[in-house]
Amino acid sequence: MNELIAITLLWGFVVVYSVAATIDFGSGFYSMLYKGKGQSRATTIANRYLSPSWKVTNVFIVMIVVALFSFFPGASFALGTVLLIPGSLIVLLLAIRSAFLVFSSSVHPRHQQGLAIISGISGLCIPALLIVVLPITHGRFIGQSANQSYLIAERIFTSASVYSFIVFAVLSTLFLSALLLADYSNVAKSSEAYRLYRKNALITGPFSLLAALAIFGSIRSEASWLYSELVTFKPWLFASLLCFILGYVLLIFMKNRPGRIWKPRLAVIFTIFQYLFASYAYGRAHLPYMIYPHVTIASGFTTPSTFKALFATYIVGFIVLVPGFYLFWRLFMKDRRYIEQED
Amino acid sequence: MDDLVIARSLFGMTMGVHIIFATLGVGLPVMILISELLFQKTKHPDYALMADRWTRGFAVILGVGIPTGTIAGVQLALLWPGFMEVVGKVISLPFQIEVFAFFLEALFMSIYVYAADRLSPWLRILSLFFVCIGALASAVLITNVHAFEGTPAGFTIANGEILAVDPWKAFFNPSFAVTAVHVALTAIMTGAFFIAMIASYKLLKKSPKERTKQFHRKALRMAVITGGVFALLTSLNGHESAQHLHHYQPEKLAAAEGLFDTTTYAPLTIGGFTDRETQEVKFGIEIPWALSFLANNSFDEEVLGLNDFPEEWWPPLFSHTLFNTMVFAGGFLLFWALLAAFYLFIRKKQLPRWMLVGFVASGPIALIGIETGWIFACSGRQPWVIYRMMKTSEAVTTSSGLPTMFVAFLCIYIVLVVTVIIVLHHYFKRNPLEPLLIKEERTHE
Ligand code: HDD
Ligand code: HEM
Ligand code: HEM
Repeated sequence: MNELIAITLLWGFVVVYSVAATIDFGSGFYSMLYKGKGQSRATTIANRYLSPSWKVTNVFIVMIVVALFSFFPGASFALGTVLLIPGSLIVLLLAIRSAFLVFSSSVHPRHQQGLAIISGISGLCIPALLIVVLPITHGRFIGQSANQSYLIAERIFTSASVYSFIVFAVLSTLFLSALLLADYSNVAKSSEAYRLYRKNALITGPFSLLAALAIFGSIRSEASWLYSELVTFKPWLFASLLCFILGYVLLIFMKNRPGRIWKPRLAVIFTIFQYLFASYAYGRAHLPYMIYPHVTIASGFTTPSTFKALFATYIVGFIVLVPGFYLFWRLFMKDRRYIEQED
Repeated sequence: MDDLVIARSLFGMTMGVHIIFATLGVGLPVMILISELLFQKTKHPDYALMADRWTRGFAVILGVGIPTGTIAGVQLALLWPGFMEVVGKVISLPFQIEVFAFFLEALFMSIYVYAADRLSPWLRILSLFFVCIGALASAVLITNVHAFEGTPAGFTIANGEILAVDPWKAFFNPSFAVTAVHVALTAIMTGAFFIAMIASYKLLKKSPKERTKQFHRKALRMAVITGGVFALLTSLNGHESAQHLHHYQPEKLAAAEGLFDTTTYAPLTIGGFTDRETQEVKFGIEIPWALSFLANNSFDEEVLGLNDFPEEWWPPLFSHTLFNTMVFAGGFLLFWALLAAFYLFIRKKQLPRWMLVGFVASGPIALIGIETGWIFACSGRQPWVIYRMMKTSEAVTTSSGLPTMFVAFLCIYIVLVVTVIIVLHHYFKRNPLEPLLIKEERTHE
């Protein structure tokens, strides 16, 4: 039972982080894309979102790492060994991305472009690498020698499911962030930015869906244990598909200039539910394995007294932080005086 | 080279970079908070301007502090899986609570920076206060893990099994309080001397305007007082840290002092190099009886020497030099701040140029104190990763590929450190102080 609570919490953080990070990295990318191209309003809007929120988003990844090794110390041994190289690559890119994001707002406009390109591109690579952790846990890429696991790199580079996950991550990043930024520019009443972001969401949406289907297909051939579980969660997958369609239809019927808040807002909400449902199905199907077939949530679990103490700190911590998050949301996501500022 | 050495070098390098920015990340917001409070008290706009400029510098520094910290957290899990198993089962609380401290800092830092114009002064100060609390708590909580490594508590290991776990007992391990206070005090002190460094540097330049000088003198005065008070507290608390070593990790104190034979009336040796062959400190200055007194406030206290321990348990002998360097840094900073206080408040004069030169050096000296202190604390614990419980060699990862990663991280750190210096330099060059001071005067009249 405790294991289930812990894995649910961990999975919750992963989902929150994937949505927040997707939007974060996508905004960085769009901000770069439209910089100095006569579409500066689109860059400004992206930066308005990005500047206050990247730090908060970053804490979530730290939180995932901490939750992983504090709840499942047994799994962290196997994960740490297998993920040494991909994990290090991820944090290297993350360092470049965050640092240059900050630097680019403090340098002479002449150099801004260059720094923004570095952080924009590295930012888009991070979700692509992060998501590779998922197929790695499916088991095919982990070899066993004597008493230790190691990563079989050749197999990763030739695996269809790895590539479909990567494509999915990149397209989702572009899709979700464009959708949110369309909503954000709608609040800001910036027609030019709104048009651009709506267009981007319209283009990337269907492709991200195709990539998701490709993942489904590749899991079928490469991780049959997962596939046979996944199909038992069909209703959730269909709900996810339905949410996508609803959100996308709203997007199509949105006017080509800023209007009432609710349409884009609703499209964002539907799309977030699309990801929620799909990741619920995926996560449930993955259980009880953390890394197939050696590490389950039971085999790596922490001691009961530590779990109790951790759980207590979570409750206290969140109660303390909720007002902070609320204030943050009001000041940066809702307050027109902030969002509408010209740069 | 074996993997253990590379893993240690890699992690040590990451920490060595992170703490520069992390320590400033604790110290600078405290200085910003002080100037905001002084602004509310005196209504003098210079203080508001200070807070504004330091915040800009701080925001850039955060841009390196946060990602290197993220690297540190991930590397800890990747490089030391054996250690992380104990961490997960026994001492995960501080890490967990630290995440909340990070949230606090990140949320309110953004609020302080990007919503400043929409908040009342006191709400702004409150956000800044939360930033300070968040940063201080991050430092204190991660130090908790470090203290646990030196004085483990709250569990036992039998046949490789971790048993009898009491997470709160591990949390409140014997050296937590004294170590955490030491780290917090030194971080604030370092922030203060950094401000002193900048102000003195500007005062030493051929500055044409009296007005500019006034501004920097205010900043310097504030930094001298803060730095002096915290340097004093640091030395008192450092003394207590040393007594803790005497109690809990005697071989570390022995290595720090280059003491081989157990003695009463032990002398304190300053400077010099410890020689393994002749078992003595060469070129050092001996102060009779002082070590016994330091260790337990009495001259006849028996201080254990290294020969009482098996040689494979000896900490590295260069610990002596590291420890000396840290104490020297503390001594110099305290002395210089007191001297400046004498000039400023007793003789009521401006600081002479040679004193300003000393303050320009004080920022780097404080950082050297931080670096040598940490390297002493971590490498002086060797061969243990958890004192007398787990060897570092038992904790290290078994993956290959470490040398390549060492090079990759080295390159990144060089790029980050060089770029951050260039960015800060150019930012303040492009936004000089003088026009702001003139503008400030106009709006004031
Ligand atoms: C500018 C920084 C600075 C200064 C001036 C001092 N320290 Fe320090 N010291 C640190 C910065 C530091 C540190 C970097 O923060 C350490 C490393 C680990 C820790 O807990 O704090 C540390 C550790 C540390 C330890 C080892 C604790 C351990 O191994 O667990 C001792 C015994 C002292 N200090 C004692 C002193 C004394 C007697 C000082 C005399 C003035 C002093 N420190 C000044
Ligand atoms: C913040 C400043 C710190 C610095 C500068 C620092 C420095 C170092 C260095 C240089 C090493 C390599 C040891 C050697 O070469 O002999 C090391 C190792 C290590 N440190 Fe620290 N450290 C710091 C803080 C911490 C903290 C807070 C922790 C606890 C989480 C920690 C845990 C470790 C571990 C687990 C190792 C590897 C095992 C070992 O060699 O002791 N360090 N650190
Ligand atoms: C005692 C030495 C340390 C101090 C004083 C310290 C302090 C800080 C501070 C104040 C921050 C906030 C960013 C900033 O202001 O620069 C930070 C960030 C961070 N630190 Fe450290 N830290 C120390 C050692 C460590 C160690 C050993 C680890 C890892 C095990 C670590 C992990 C992190 C992480 C993950 C972040 C990023 C948090 C985020 O995403 O916002 N720190 N640290």
